[in-house]
Amino acid sequence: MIHSLFLINTSGDLFLEKHWKSVISRSVCDYFFEAREKAVEPDNVPPVIPTPHHYLITIYREKIFFVSVIQTEVPPLFVIEFLHRVAETFQDYFGECSETTIKDNVVIVYELLEEMLDNGFPLATESNILKELIRPPTILRSMVNTITGSSNVGETLPTGQLSSIPWRRAGVKYTNNEAYFDVVEEIDAILDKSGTTVFAEIQGVIDACVKLSGMPDLTLSFMNPRLLDDVSFHPCVRYKRWESERVISFIPPDGNFQLMSYHISAQNLVAIPIYVKQNISFFETGSSGRLDITVGPKQTMGKTVECLVVTIHMPKVVLSANLNATQGTYNYDPVTKILLWDIGKLNPQKLPNLKGSLSLLSGAPKPEENPSLNIDLKIQQLAISGLKVNRLDMYGEKYKPFKGVKYVTKAGKFQVRT
Amino acid sequence: MTTMQRLLQLPANAVNMVKSVQGGSQGQEEALSPVLTPDSGPQNWYNAVQPEELRHLRSGGTGGGGEGSEDRPGLEEGLTSLQSQPLRHDDLKEMLDSNKDSLKLEAMKRIVAMIARGKNASDLFPAVVKNVACKNIEVKKLVYVYLVRYAEEQQDLALLSISTFQRGLKDPNQLIRASALRVLSSIRVTIIVPIMMLAIKEAASDMSPYVRKTAAHAIPKLHSLDPDQKDQLIEVIEKLLADKTTLVAGSVVMAFEEVCPDRIDLIHKNYRKLCNLLIDVEEWGQVVIINMLTRYARTQFLNPNINESLLEENSEKAFYASDDEEEEDKKDEVAPLAKRKPYVMDPDHRLLLRNTKPLLQSRNAAVVMAVAQLYFHLAPKAEVGIIAKALVRLMRSHSEVQYVVLQNVATMSIKRRGMFEPYLKSFYIRSTDPTQIKILKLEVLTNLANETNISTILREFQTYIKSMDKDFVAASIQAIGRCATNIGEVRDTCLNGLVQLLSNRDELVVAESVVVIKKLLQMQPEQHSDIIKHMAKLIDNIQVPMARASILWLIGEYCEHVPKIAPDVLRNMAKTFTNEEDIVKLQIINLAAKLYLTNSKQTKLLTQYVLNLAKYDQNYDIRDRARFIRQLIVPTDKSGALSKYAKKLFLALKPAPVLESTFKDRDHFQLGSLSHLLNAKAGGYQELPDWPESAPDPSVRNVEIPDWSKCTSRKDRKEKKAEKPFYSDSDGESGPTESADSESDSGSGSESASASDESGSGSESGEETESEEEEEDEEEEKKKKRKKHLDKTKAKKPVEESTESEQSSGSEERKRGRKAVKNQKSASESESESESSESGDESEDESEEESESDTDIRKKKTPVSKQPPKQSKKESKKETQEMSLLDLDDFEPAPASAPVTPVNFMSSSLVSDLEGLSLTDTILAPTTITPSGSIKMYELLHRITGEGLAVEYCFSRQPFSPDPNMVAVQIQFTNNTNSETKNLHIEEPRLQCGMRIREFAEIDVLSAGESVTVVMGIDFCDSTQAANFQLCTHTRKFFASIQPPVGELMTPVFLTENDFKKEQGKLMGMNEISEKLTLGEKCVNEHVIVERVTATANLSRVPCGSDKECSTPPPPPAPVYRFAGKTVSSGCLVLVTVSTKEGGRAQLTVNCEKMLIGTMLVKDIMQALSQ
Repeated sequence: MIHSLFLINTSGDLFLEKHWKSVISRSVCDYFFEAREKAVEPDNVPPVIPTPHHYLITIYREKIFFVSVIQTEVPPLFVIEFLHRVAETFQDYFGECSETTIKDNVVIVYELLEEMLDNGFPLATESNILKELIRPPTILRSMVNTITGSSNVGETLPTGQLSSIPWRRAGVKYTNNEAYFDVVEEIDAILDKSGTTVFAEIQGVIDACVKLSGMPDLTLSFMNPRLLDDVSFHPCVRYKRWESERVISFIPPDGNFQLMSYHISAQNLVAIPIYVKQNISFFETGSSGRLDITVGPKQTMGKTVECLVVTIHMPKVVLSANLNATQGTYNYDPVTKILLWDIGKLNPQKLPNLKGSLSLLSGAPKPEENPSLNIDLKIQQLAISGLKVNRLDMYGEKYKPFKGVKYVTKAGKFQVRT
Repeated sequence: MTTMQRLLQLPANAVNMVKSVQGGSQGQEEALSPVLTPDSGPQNWYNAVQPEELRHLRSGGTGGGGEGSEDRPGLEEGLTSLQSQPLRHDDLKEMLDSNKDSLKLEAMKRIVAMIARGKNASDLFPAVVKNVACKNIEVKKLVYVYLVRYAEEQQDLALLSISTFQRGLKDPNQLIRASALRVLSSIRVTIIVPIMMLAIKEAASDMSPYVRKTAAHAIPKLHSLDPDQKDQLIEVIEKLLADKTTLVAGSVVMAFEEVCPDRIDLIHKNYRKLCNLLIDVEEWGQVVIINMLTRYARTQFLNPNINESLLEENSEKAFYASDDEEEEDKKDEVAPLAKRKPYVMDPDHRLLLRNTKPLLQSRNAAVVMAVAQLYFHLAPKAEVGIIAKALVRLMRSHSEVQYVVLQNVATMSIKRRGMFEPYLKSFYIRSTDPTQIKILKLEVLTNLANETNISTILREFQTYIKSMDKDFVAASIQAIGRCATNIGEVRDTCLNGLVQLLSNRDELVVAESVVVIKKLLQMQPEQHSDIIKHMAKLIDNIQVPMARASILWLIGEYCEHVPKIAPDVLRNMAKTFTNEEDIVKLQIINLAAKLYLTNSKQTKLLTQYVLNLAKYDQNYDIRDRARFIRQLIVPTDKSGALSKYAKKLFLALKPAPVLESTFKDRDHFQLGSLSHLLNAKAGGYQELPDWPESAPDPSVRNVEIPDWSKCTSRKDRKEKKAEKPFYSDSDGESGPTESADSESDSGSGSESASASDESGSGSESGEETESEEEEEDEEEEKKKKRKKHLDKTKAKKPVEESTESEQSSGSEERKRGRKAVKNQKSASESESESESSESGDESEDESEEESESDTDIRKKKTPVSKQPPKQSKKESKKETQEMSLLDLDDFEPAPASAPVTPVNFMSSSLVSDLEGLSLTDTILAPTTITPSGSIKMYELLHRITGEGLAVEYCFSRQPFSPDPNMVAVQIQFTNNTNSETKNLHIEEPRLQCGMRIREFAEIDVLSAGESVTVVMGIDFCDSTQAANFQLCTHTRKFFASIQPPVGELMTPVFLTENDFKKEQGKLMGMNEISEKLTLGEKCVNEHVIVERVTATANLSRVPCGSDKECSTPPPPPAPVYRFAGKTVSSGCLVLVTVSTKEGGRAQLTVNCEKMLIGTMLVKDIMQALSQ
């Protein structure tokens, strides 16, 4: 399936190659470079590029292009999903997935790639198995390794691959048994000029950090499971139980993982936590414009809106911005044409306002379009959909674990059209 | 052993070579390295005099860690690659030759880093290959990495390592065996093909499933190395396909797809097993298996939509003919079951659809896509809809995933527009989307456009036109054009909008608009001559060639509408002719020719001039065109017969272009495939076959009992234990080994057994018990086993009960209630009871029940799944019966096993309740109060009008599991005639907009005097509009109509009192309807009120929480009753409050977003309470 993998950075350097079958010359990447050139933005590189003898399937992540070479028919999503899994594994191992970390850990990267694919077909992609095979680097261990000459490769052979629960290794032991669940909801919305909602929905995930000894069998239930319109689960969750009882029953992987993601449809009215009053206008003459933005709280359920950031992609003709913010700081980058206003905490008593003038390239016609506003925000201790975890029960083990649930609401793709 | 000698000599040679070169290049290197490596020390790597230990320590110390120092050698490589080869690897060789593992490891790490950068390290081969037997695991692994990379280039030397792997293949540790096979098969050296073949064959029958999996992985490797081995490899694949473990399944199907995808016959016997294992296979395997099964199903089953497609063609005869054919196929198998449930769809087909459905919830986008394409290609039209939600979910994922999914959605939305219509807004475009995503979303939006939603879509498009992304704007304009051509109503609006765009400042926008307007005008040119005039004026300003060409074509084509302007335009164009683009030049020639024909007086000279210019053009197309046109239009003596017809040729009425999606007809490629994405056949693509005319023999999928369960050793079984399917329900497939496992598992009370019991929500446990029983049947020591078995079931029961009671006290209560009715049956018993419901009465005694079902099964001697010990013809009937029993569970909520009369309806509903618990996915609302009064039956067809066929229906209040948005309607047919009634089914539903019907499966035969009950689902869209349809028998059609009382449009919801109040708070104002009433005489106590309300509407009582009014010992004077539910179709909450006051007065409050429903509900409840 996957023949070879090339990692290429944004400046076009090919810094890692791995072949699972016969070696394919890296000249095949020329087709990629061609497409990259044509696409202008890295986002616009087509994920699948046909070449005379191969097909290139590419993902762009963390400023790295993962270019895989395949020769025969294969579902493209299969490859794309796998490449993302590779990137996630790197992130898991090295804290971040960047060119530097990959170069610094090239041997581990190579060992990982070797284990993840066999003859181009995915072999071990569960992080739990991989971590048994190849231990992630820590500062202490690498110190010890250099002195004693021991290695990152696990001494014991992993048994996870053999078990029917490949995501959990046997014999886990913790002194403090804890299970934390973060319910993170993101509001995807498009608001139009007048502030009415064109489209809004909630996407949620439950991230878990489970550090429990032995083989615990957990059951998580919600107060209002019917809210959930569409769900997808980590493989550990039992579908049948969910279908019949609307509870999430699972034997958790060890450590951090995403238990489920869910979707609350646009049919339910989505509470929009803030409103934006904006007025951006460009004058016909004098090559200037005016900008006036006010943000205020709308439906916040009594919680404070934090980390409020407004991002505006200005038209190309906007040269600079001379603005005055009553709260927070603003920054206009004349190269990327991005105006970023970092407000911070939203104070309902004194609404933050950004006001001032924009200067345009002289002589240029006034831009036709008004830029849209992208909003970022965070509300702690609140799941905007009203989803509530009812209880978490543990079976199969004797001890009493510590359980915690946290709710956060964030803005997802939250856009205000002007 | 010449190779060995060569190997041993090589290092020595290398050293000699090094010595000879060293002197020369040393200085050069010293000079270069400091420049590129700012950190100290690295040049010392090359200093051979340095003591080894010291060097090693330095390497560790400077980088702060082993990893830190790794990229330095790489820099060195880059630098020294210019220099002589042997020298630069000298120290590496030395390190590899040393005794210290740490040095070897360091060297290997540097070599691997070289490989990763694509540097050539092949000359180190001899030095590396020696370490293949190294004790250090990491060294060994890195040597493997190296070996696999370079073995192809150094075949002879690679042979040296083979013996190590051969030894590894015999290792007692399964992981070592597996890894040895993996590396051995990865070495692409043709000489070892026989060794590989042998190793694969051996590993394929290894006890360890992990080794077998590795063997499956090795098959495609060997096949690509030597295709001649195909036949032998197919044998191995066949063997591995029979494997029962999830670990192997994915890998072997992969091998199958690579080696022999056309050998569909190998799948038959394993089809059901693969379907059942699917959910437990790892995600990558799932994708491969699902894709393969899609192809398989296309060859083996009939098109589920065949009726529809034939009906569309309106050829009734064919419809009935095919129907008969199908029935004939089925008849002999299903005969004993005909009364209960006739299958139109092959049960195996259904099995596949059912078992893949939960995978739509997978986190892996590839799996979701695979299921989606399976449903798209295989499922009946009515069921395809479920994939839309999952696909829309994927759009939240990475942009690459979005890209692929949108491509597929675009194709699907052409064929099945209705599927994605509810999700229209999810395809709205954000300014931050990448352009390629924007354009695909636009495509989908355009495909979804119809008369009802076009105004919203056009409004969206209007915002898109203002975007900064010009490519996207152009695409938007094209999309508007397509909407305008497809939907006549908005054509003028679109045209006006586009004309306004002509004054846009951006030239690209104008140009694109011109092109689109041209296409639109072609549909009705007469009405729009002013637009043509306007465009003629634009030609001076527009520079984009395509737009200029379009305008010229328009003027030429409709020159009679603009007789004054046209010659003037030609005059202007003649001036600029030489500077125009080719495409414009061609259109100028065309314009000239057309004008010459219509208005030769004014344009004769101009045309001559243009043709002369064109005669000397650089482009030969233009020269040709000019020559051709001159001959055709300018009358000369020599001019041929054609010139008479010149006018007809040029001014013929041209058909308007049809603007079609580029995704049209892409669905002949299997969706989700690479070929579909590229719209071109990729190498190795397997065509998706067309449905067969008639179904091939389904019995090929029946399986004999696998012999290996008997002959394998006990030890083997023990190893199996580990791979017991974790989540997949064992129904339909409970292989002997599995049940053997569960036996020992539950015997020892291990956790995994109880876990799996739980997971199947009880349904499993019953079946497992049953399969265990079969197993015992087969075993020789019957008595002993049975005793053990009894013990076990006894032991199992408390466990189950305890877990369940822990889960929710509500369900416990409910269970208790049920127990009272069902004579204290445990859940598992009722399970087996419903399984064998035909066979006999319920028995009270546990052991009696046990033995009964035992004997029952022995009588049948057929396992639930499909493994009759010896398949004989006699048994085949019963076998199919068993199968269908299983198939009932998911998609047919209340199988209505026995004819039900209205009198004993309550108990029957309880039975189906129980079945609901075990077999279906019903959701149990903990405090649903089943109304004690019997459910009201409505008449659908009177005995007399129905010519002896009486049909009654009721709202069973069961969740309709195939589609939770539907109301389950239980229909009872009674045949009062003296003859059989055949082919009872529904036709021609005439429904209000948005309403949907899920018909019950056709009833083949209803013999005289019998009655049968079926369940159908209707989505009333939360309205009380009647659903009209025709009820057909083999002879007659009856008009029927089902109108739901408002109370049946909801399902109970469990809310706590606090939740209730919270929700009520949200539904104030317009959404609240309050009425005062006087309670009827009988409504004296709580019980009656609750009963009346729940009988009227399908709501559940909200329990009194800690509120004062209920908890205080003396009941308060004014108790409040709360009920909650939600509408079935849209899930709007319905909250009902009845607060009683003194003197039999009461206040009724209904809170519901749907005011209409609220009003009607108030009326109904008032009536019920005041009686």
